[in-house]
Amino acid sequence: MDQIVSLFDGFGVVLTAYNIGLMFLGILLGVAVGVLPGLGGPNGVAILLPLTFTMSPTSAIIMLSCIYWGALFGGAITSILFNIPGEPSSVATTFDGYPLAQQGRAGEALTASFTGSFIGAFVGILLITFLAPLVAKFALKFGPPEFFAVYLLTFCSFIGMGKEPPLKSIVSMMLGFAMAAVGMDTMSGQLRLTFGLPDLMQGIDFLVAVIGLFGIGEILLTMEEGLAFKGKQANLNAKIVLQTWKTLPRYWATLTRSALVGCWMGITPGGATAASFMGYGLAKKFSRQGSKFGTGLIEGVLAPETAAHASGTSALLPMLALGIPGSATAAVLLGGLMIWGLEPGPLLFVEHKDFVWGLIASMYLGNIAGLIIVLSTVPLFAAILRIPFSIVAPAIIILCAIGAYSVHNSLLDIGFMMIFGVAGYAFKKLDYPLAPLVLSLVLGDKAEDAFRQTMLASKGSIAIFWSNWLVASITAIAFILLFWPGLTLLWRKLRPGALGVAASSTEF
Amino acid sequence: MGLSRRIADVAVAAIIFFMGAAVMFSSEQLGIGWVKGSPGSGYFPFWIGTIMSVASVAIAIKALSIRTDESDAPFVSRDRFIPVLSVLLPTVAYVIGIALVGIYVSSAIFMAGFMRIAGKFGWLSSLAVSIGTALFLFWLFELQFLVSLPKGPLENLLGY
Repeated sequence: MDQIVSLFDGFGVVLTAYNIGLMFLGILLGVAVGVLPGLGGPNGVAILLPLTFTMSPTSAIIMLSCIYWGALFGGAITSILFNIPGEPSSVATTFDGYPLAQQGRAGEALTASFTGSFIGAFVGILLITFLAPLVAKFALKFGPPEFFAVYLLTFCSFIGMGKEPPLKSIVSMMLGFAMAAVGMDTMSGQLRLTFGLPDLMQGIDFLVAVIGLFGIGEILLTMEEGLAFKGKQANLNAKIVLQTWKTLPRYWATLTRSALVGCWMGITPGGATAASFMGYGLAKKFSRQGSKFGTGLIEGVLAPETAAHASGTSALLPMLALGIPGSATAAVLLGGLMIWGLEPGPLLFVEHKDFVWGLIASMYLGNIAGLIIVLSTVPLFAAILRIPFSIVAPAIIILCAIGAYSVHNSLLDIGFMMIFGVAGYAFKKLDYPLAPLVLSLVLGDKAEDAFRQTMLASKGSIAIFWSNWLVASITAIAFILLFWPGLTLLWRKLRPGALGVAASSTEF
Repeated sequence: MGLSRRIADVAVAAIIFFMGAAVMFSSEQLGIGWVKGSPGSGYFPFWIGTIMSVASVAIAIKALSIRTDESDAPFVSRDRFIPVLSVLLPTVAYVIGIALVGIYVSSAIFMAGFMRIAGKFGWLSSLAVSIGTALFLFWLFELQFLVSLPKGPLENLLGY
């Protein structure tokens, strides 16, 4: 197996003292990012990205991806101990996690959630290890039309599969495209959408947008909700961990189901949040104890966490193999690749083997390290949440400002960050999804280039998008996903009674 | 009381409509046609702007025509909006402060003010935490990461 050999080469790249150190640092920062309200995966990574400009790409991505793992782990801590999801993807974890903590079983709940996360991530990494190289190899055949079709597929699935109103997803995505177009047009060299302002010539950086939308916007929302952290104590020691681990094998069916759902939702851009709800819904439907869900069942913690982590991990598969991110955080990481001078896409597997396999190897090690770190440091991070919000809030805002400034050493970017912050607050309140905006801001120029190159090749004929079976089937799937809500409605009308699992899992 | 969700929805849609229109107008000036068999610079943004404007009109019509309890509810109630403003306004002041006195001094003032007013901390602990934070940031970014952040008169005086 080629993959195994490459993977061991990857371990060789990762296993230096420097990289291992960065890994631990990344996990610790990530858990803090996941625990603190206002800091989440996307903007945590965005704030720290400028600091990695001087590192080698491999070291940089190891640290940033570990921040991502840490944030996924950390979200569960606040859900279980404080009944406040630190990340949107851990909302479903509060349903059974907090009742468990109220019964004094927080230690078991935390162990179950971390272990579930670990198993979910592990399945996701296995998938990446064996499937991503094949996908990338297949995609080497892609030309501009195929790539544009794949971009179309991604954008359509965000609109059709998203929970938010499709019109608002469209607006959010178009805003991203418009902002991506600001500045120099790479093909003609003309300046676009600068409205005569020289400051807009270099374009709007996606990092500044992410820091504002997710960071400042989230802080404003948190203030409105008026969070008071009155948490439960966690008693987590080796005995509880081992006891909980002994009970886990009996939940193998739930774990498998959640892991598969998560992987699917991660590769198609369904997102970790949707995956966690689906995992929870499916477990509730199929479990013998289904009616007791919500009162404090270990299974109710395992199911969403496994799915969320499987999805969060496999979201990196399309990013690595095709250059298309499956989540907002993956989009930020993808932007990072371009800043470090790596061209995302299938060629990455050929031209930057060390980087790709180093990253994949670091996923294995990072998740093992993550599991050990979170199991042993829960009290520390629970203590962070007891720091008064009047210290935490200004500290987060200061970090956001530093992050936004250091992208281009530009004061104006801090101003942009504030505008994005207010916009992010209004958008969140009015159900405009933010992920499509980030996605199209990162991918906008590439999608446009692919379209224009295709048109050059075809002499302006749109028919090229169904000229061979490959590009035609990708385009067809794109349109099916775009009209997915309408199609499911039609399906239900035609077959009453056959509502299926998908319907019931989205209902709570 | 105050702004309902529906009004806020329409207002945001209106802003997006004008942004879309501005994008269309600006692209139109660049030329929205095709140049030598390929879309020109303005083609893509023009249609982006068009979709934005059309979608925002649809959102506004939907918001105005469908009345639900949710859309009649206030966008944000007054007593919940005060804490939001109590963060937003000092943050705006903080950002202006960065331009005037540099990020370290501005951060220290911002944090001390926040702790003193929002957190009701004593003077001593507010000053200790905020100055400590500023010094830590200076050590971390200027000395460890060698990242230069905006500085003001105080740093100049000290020779940085």
